[in-house]
Amino acid sequence: MNASDNTAEYLRLYEQMARIRAFEDNANQLYLSAKMPGLTHMYTGQEAVAVGLCEALETTDHITSTHRGHGHCVAKGAHFKEMFCELLGKAEGYCRGKGGSMHIADQANGNLGANAIVGGSAGIATGAALSAKRLGTGAVTVCFFGDGALGQGLLYEVMNMAALWKLPVVYACENNHYGEYTRTEEMAAGDLCARAAAFGIETHQVDGQDVLAVNRLARDLVARARKGEGPFFVLLDTYRWHGHHVGDINRAYYRPKDEEALWKETRDPILNFGKWLEGEGIADADALVEIGERVRREAAEAVAYAEAAAYPPAHEVDMHVYATPGTADRGRKELDHA
Amino acid sequence: MREITLAKAVNEAIAEEMRRDPTIFLLGEDVAEAGTPFKVLSGLVEEFGPERIVDTPISEPGFVGIAVGAALTGSRPIVDLMFGDFLFLVMDQLCNQAAKARYMSGGKLNVPMVLRTNLGATRRSAAQHSQSLHALVAHIPGLKVALPSSAYEAKGLMKTAIRDNDPVVIFEDKLMYQDKAPVPEEEYLIPFGEAAILRAGRDVTLVATSSMVQVSLAAAEILAREGVSAEVVDPRTIVPLDEDTILASVRKTSRAIVVDEGHRSYGVSAEIAARISEKAFYHLDAPVARLAAMDVPVPFSPALEDLTVPTADDVVAAARRMLRGEVRDAA
Ligand SMILES: Cc1ncc(C[n+]2csc(CCOP(=O)(O)OP(=O)(O)O)c2C)c(N)n1
Ligand SMILES: [Mg+2]
Repeated sequence: MNASDNTAEYLRLYEQMARIRAFEDNANQLYLSAKMPGLTHMYTGQEAVAVGLCEALETTDHITSTHRGHGHCVAKGAHFKEMFCELLGKAEGYCRGKGGSMHIADQANGNLGANAIVGGSAGIATGAALSAKRLGTGAVTVCFFGDGALGQGLLYEVMNMAALWKLPVVYACENNHYGEYTRTEEMAAGDLCARAAAFGIETHQVDGQDVLAVNRLARDLVARARKGEGPFFVLLDTYRWHGHHVGDINRAYYRPKDEEALWKETRDPILNFGKWLEGEGIADADALVEIGERVRREAAEAVAYAEAAAYPPAHEVDMHVYATPGTADRGRKELDHA
Repeated sequence: MREITLAKAVNEAIAEEMRRDPTIFLLGEDVAEAGTPFKVLSGLVEEFGPERIVDTPISEPGFVGIAVGAALTGSRPIVDLMFGDFLFLVMDQLCNQAAKARYMSGGKLNVPMVLRTNLGATRRSAAQHSQSLHALVAHIPGLKVALPSSAYEAKGLMKTAIRDNDPVVIFEDKLMYQDKAPVPEEEYLIPFGEAAILRAGRDVTLVATSSMVQVSLAAAEILAREGVSAEVVDPRTIVPLDEDTILASVRKTSRAIVVDEGHRSYGVSAEIAARISEKAFYHLDAPVARLAAMDVPVPFSPALEDLTVPTADDVVAAARRMLRGEVRDAA
């Protein structure tokens, strides 16, 4: 493939990764300045995984995401304003402030939601794939999960069914080498890919810091899944730059500082892809700087917007529990006889 | 007396028991070097080693099942379940296996295990990290359920739980881990099924559990300034439940408000209110009132989340209405 023929696509890969980085830098800043309620998990460092996979999908395809979900959400086409509003618990957020960082869902773009239960979306992703097959929609589902989710039995139940029923689903395991404060080797016995292979699922390993490699593989697998050749399992080697969550600052006891430095300095997916673009003559340094500045401006504007936005009004608290309002007990925390 | 945090109290209880009884071991996610995300277990792996403070993969049903098997065969496991919300993942092992083994075996099998976990909203952690699910396990015969409301209770109840020969689920309020309270240096245990009267009063009984104990004590303080004398009763364990102490208090005050952070419908507040209504009906001057979490998943937005949990002001308002004789909706 001639690199320069795909200039627009390449620049989009770059820009989408830069958008995630800009989003996360702002989210982290909101936490540090005590403007964000609760905690959040940064996706920084793993951008090539979400972008490489999601850029192989159509808007009508589905993803399921994780507690570390901002990157998946942005990569699947979400807008900054609604995302930052959600992070701050504002009414204009994707979930009207009800979900927050760990539960952002973006129905319009096929994001079925982040999930605060590790492995909790494996069934949902597989169900979405079953539904697509039954309804003949042609949609493919990508199920994002971390190496830690390999501990969850649910994953093996649903991979078995997906294989039996040849479902259009790609299980994307983001191996960032840690689940919380524990290294993957201490949590997962044996060969990780062999687990999926045992069900007869075709498995692949790819460098999760190389957006082109991820995207090429993803395009191939998604096209094949659409033709009924799924499911697939992909193990992506990657790294989270920050702590497990924004508050995880002193982490040398479980993760060496020089390891962090090595990944940041030599395996930054955005920097490395930028160098490649320059080397291939697809973009010059100025163009890349311009992209970075543009997405950072966009993020800053969205943050300012979200900070000024309104919280949901009190009466929304018992909305959305059921499709039929009035199904729940009308008594709030207050006495219903008072 | 010295004051220590609730986290430290739990840590001490486990360490003391582990020193006493080598059959005790602890397992869960990030319990060893990390000492749990709430740092409750810091230092234990250094003292007891990784054979007794065991880090597990993120496999909750698996390690709860392993604890049941170990408990059946001479060990006394303590399971650390990082968030109470993860109870939904382990229900089969806890409720179908651990809870029923003694009964189904005609009393032959023993399951001396403790599952320690937490409850409580208003940490801005959204719907899957904020639930108070103690009613769920209290509903299942065979499980005991303890709800410490301060560092003092947390230590005494944990030690009793570890020595108990039945499966015990102990819920700590995650907002309270850094709260300090007086805790004696000397060893003590708090027996199960013994409520504590934390404040004596004449006009109204506030039966409060776990996170709602502080709320009710604060309410009692406000009410006292208005000349209303509220008695605050903390059951400490809801299975077994110290009915006698609760009923004696209600017979004295003739009014009862039950305050609990579980959901309102089909919950702990309903159970306690029902028992009072059944057994102290002719002593009551007003229907028993319940204050509980709203029947909604816990919302993330602070603007909404704070509406879902009873506050001291809510308790005060409920008590005022009750004392004014305002009874709406009651036939
Ligand atoms: C069922 C369940 N168990 C435990 C947790 C607590 N927890 C949140 S994230 C996490 C680690 C997940 O590791 P991994 O899947 O590798 O994702 P990463 O954080 O590395 O992106 C744990 C244990 C949880 N949210 N859900
Ligand atoms: Mg991981």
